[in-house]
Amino acid sequence: MSDVVIKAENLGKKYTIGHQAEDGRYVALRDVLVHNAKNFWHKTKDLVSGKPIIQGDTTEEVWALEDLNFEIKRGEAVGIIGRNGAGKSTLLKILSRITEPTTGRVTIDGRVASLLEVGTGFHPELTGRENIYLNGTILGMTRAEIKRKFDEIVAFAEIEKYLDTPVKRYSSGMYVRLAFAVAAHLEPEILVVDEVLAVGDAQFQKKCLGKMGDISQEGRTVLFVSHNMSAISELCQKAILLRSGQIEVIDNVHTVIQKYSEHAIRGSSINLTKLKHASRPQQYGKLTCLSLFDKTMTPSSTFTMAQPIVARIGVHIYRRMPNAEIGFKISSKMGSAIHYYCSTWEGLRQDLEPGDYFFEVIIPQIMLLPAQYIVGAWLMQERTLLSDDYIPDITVIEVIGSDFNGNSADFARYSISGGEVYAPSQWRII
Amino acid sequence: MNKIIIEPGLTEKNYWADLWRYRELFLILSWRDLSVRYKQTIIGILWAILRPFLTMIVFTIIFSKVAKLPSDGSAPYALMVFAAMLPWSLFANSLAESSNSLIDNTNLISKVYFPRLIIPAATLITALVDFLISFVILIVMMIYYQFMPDLQIILIPFFIILALMASLGPGLWITALNVKYRDFRYVIPFLVQFGLYVSPVGFSSNVVPDKWRLLYSLNPMVGVIDGFRWCILGGNSPIYLPGFFLSLAIIAFFLWLGVSRFRKMEKTFADII
Repeated sequence: MSDVVIKAENLGKKYTIGHQAEDGRYVALRDVLVHNAKNFWHKTKDLVSGKPIIQGDTTEEVWALEDLNFEIKRGEAVGIIGRNGAGKSTLLKILSRITEPTTGRVTIDGRVASLLEVGTGFHPELTGRENIYLNGTILGMTRAEIKRKFDEIVAFAEIEKYLDTPVKRYSSGMYVRLAFAVAAHLEPEILVVDEVLAVGDAQFQKKCLGKMGDISQEGRTVLFVSHNMSAISELCQKAILLRSGQIEVIDNVHTVIQKYSEHAIRGSSINLTKLKHASRPQQYGKLTCLSLFDKTMTPSSTFTMAQPIVARIGVHIYRRMPNAEIGFKISSKMGSAIHYYCSTWEGLRQDLEPGDYFFEVIIPQIMLLPAQYIVGAWLMQERTLLSDDYIPDITVIEVIGSDFNGNSADFARYSISGGEVYAPSQWRII
Repeated sequence: MNKIIIEPGLTEKNYWADLWRYRELFLILSWRDLSVRYKQTIIGILWAILRPFLTMIVFTIIFSKVAKLPSDGSAPYALMVFAAMLPWSLFANSLAESSNSLIDNTNLISKVYFPRLIIPAATLITALVDFLISFVILIVMMIYYQFMPDLQIILIPFFIILALMASLGPGLWITALNVKYRDFRYVIPFLVQFGLYVSPVGFSSNVVPDKWRLLYSLNPMVGVIDGFRWCILGGNSPIYLPGFFLSLAIIAFFLWLGVSRFRKMEKTFADII
């Protein structure tokens, strides 16, 4: 028995994409008809000759994965990271045999269970009990296996009371818990997991991570895709960084995450020099870029309520600026200011010599109700009337709700009725 | 240890063994289809009886009373129609269900691996259960007309399988095409409606002139329906053997075509669905 369980050689996957010609190319009805008739004729020809039909006027070949070579050993937990569109999901789909590669080969030694989505095949009309059997079988468990683990699954999901209720009546939290509970009790030799932990509350996420950690400790191999770097570093020893369909680096998890973060910071920043905005004096310097990160230092534009936001603001100074002040601002979608975060308030007063600087602000808890907000930034000399450079509307961020205080509050509802800021309070009946 | 090799264009040698390994999935998918089928309906399973029964009444009135077509031998006309209505609805239902099955299970196909053949095959079970329920009506009718079947009724299971195979072949082909070209979703209802009048459901195939009989049997359902009638009505409706074998050959051909087309397209389903 060899120690290598997954071996990929020259693995590649090509997609052919059709593009629609730009709108407005055909003006007269006659042209449109002729165009459609031509299209129809080509399609019929392709159908008869058995060639694949591509919708659209022009086609383009895209290599989602190109020339991948790697080996994964028994018992390893390997994280796969990369930006959106880097080919992570395509790789998982090939490994779980959902789609076939265009070139190369993979040799897999053992039973693979893939979890690309929680609750695959759940039927809303069926009860929790029935769905456990349905979903379990779909994921590759035998009936006997499910029967044996049934109680464990139900306990893990904490849904004992609702076992015989159709899942369409479940809250979304219960639904996810049940779905994950089934998946967590799979016992394959190789487990392939896509970003499925993004759902569910923080506490349950921890529980799932723990369960998956157990799996890899039992000598089973785990492949795990996530954007959550802390989850990856907690679970995996090794990681693969993908970049536009190719392997950039395979190494131990910390090295790879380090490398990824470097890219991410460069890649995700918003260039402010070309952003049109109201003219400001700019006699000392100007804002150059802004990057936003979540608590794991993953670049993001979506943030969870009560979680940290980290912003990095780049400035270019061309004349010595005494008592420089950098600010970060959050306003509502209507443009009214909600929060100012200001370097001088927190005691950072610096005389800036000409050059490029990056300021980082950490907002420990974002106390906004779930909605979209606009962020902006400024550069000014403290206690002057007018800021030297100021962009109020750099980009839009989204704050999503969470059950951070464990009270299952429906925060989103209140932001619809006009609320913006959450502040804690204490309630009792006297 | 079972080694899996993933390569482009490699048809796994153990495909049929895999199919067997996933038999529990087959069972549970058919069970799912069955148990959600009549959820949120008032009369539930009665729908399975009502549809063929009402069609039978209409056909009996139109073909026997209005068009004055003869029945097979001494068999009551209504019984003759219903003996054909059963295999026809079995065929029509399983064809309709199987040809939409892949689209209805998009989420499974794009997220989990299993031999895709299981999905259309599982729909046959739903159609079969509907068939068995409406079979009860046939028995009631036979008691009502005091019609005693001959020994060949024990051959019925053979013709049931034949009807299922007749629908599985085109069903597989169409469902595979349906993944890519949704046009085929509109073809099926038309085909089924059209076929109901082209096949000898409302009338006996004996009314077809002898010289056209063989040509008529190119419709594979002719063989199946004639076989069914022969099983139930006995000597009243003898099987026209050359036509029957022709129907058999056509069914076998379509089954082969369906399976081979399906296998060929199977691996790209997840990319294009």
